[in-house]
Amino acid sequence: MKAAVLLFPGLNREGDVVRALRQAGADASIVWHADHELPAGTDLVVVPGGFSYGDYLRCGAIAARANIMDAVRKHAAGGGLVLGICNGFQILCESGLLPGVLMRNRDLKFVCKMQHLRVERNDTVFSHRYGKGQIIKVCIAHGEGNYVADQPTVERLEGEGLVAFRYTDADGNIGGAANPNGSINDIAGIYSANRRVLGMMPHPEDLIDQLVGGTDGRGLFESLAQFEKIAA
Amino acid sequence: MTMKARVTVTLKNGVLDPQGKAIEGALKSLAIEGVNSVRQGKVFDVELDTIDKSRAESVLKDACEKLLANTVIENYRIEVA
Repeated sequence: MKAAVLLFPGLNREGDVVRALRQAGADASIVWHADHELPAGTDLVVVPGGFSYGDYLRCGAIAARANIMDAVRKHAAGGGLVLGICNGFQILCESGLLPGVLMRNRDLKFVCKMQHLRVERNDTVFSHRYGKGQIIKVCIAHGEGNYVADQPTVERLEGEGLVAFRYTDADGNIGGAANPNGSINDIAGIYSANRRVLGMMPHPEDLIDQLVGGTDGRGLFESLAQFEKIAA
Repeated sequence: MTMKARVTVTLKNGVLDPQGKAIEGALKSLAIEGVNSVRQGKVFDVELDTIDKSRAESVLKDACEKLLANTVIENYRIEVA
């Protein structure tokens, strides 16, 4: 597994993503946004979290138009793997790689806390090290995580099984106070139609060490490190 | 040889606008009466190096489609002076 972690001005989670990938056994390097090409042999592109371009205009809007994103679109079109976390998810939506948009949180507050998620399916390159329906504890830190899409898009995501994670409480209950930001259908992450692109608001890279509160995030990076186990 | 233009970007009808709602609440708390609802948008004042109105409009349309508006949730309006 060879991973390229993109870096835009204002992102700040790239170091933790690289650490999580290396811990899982992947080869990870950082790629600057002004580059036109991904490193040869890149299997996975990760767009990490942070505040690219200060969230100016709209979260992720300016980063989505950077040089390197043309290479990422090409990579994805060829079936390559792409993971966007938090601001990275916003960038993937703005760049057209995933449908919908992340709006201001329902309660207008920046939410920074531990958050439980339900793993909706475990037959993808991102999730095969988890159990189907497993409740995992990761964390969230965002002001614009309220996933919105038009009704036909939401129906397609649900109908084709493209919801990757949903927000839950610690007991796995969905809805009400378990939804931290007002996302439609409690959506925390979605796949592209071929399930090779994943965007998610929560931060699995923060939960890879018992020292900082848990290791439930490891499963995602371990799944990716062994991505060949899932047929393309 | 320049001309000025204004681009206004607003949320589409039906898209929830929590910021507009918060402003609406703040106006109520100031006892400013008669405000039924508030929707927040963005205004861009742009200077263009052309005096050709249709050229200006087509440049700004391109700018809106590619960057200034997210047409999933937003509408835009172009006014060339």
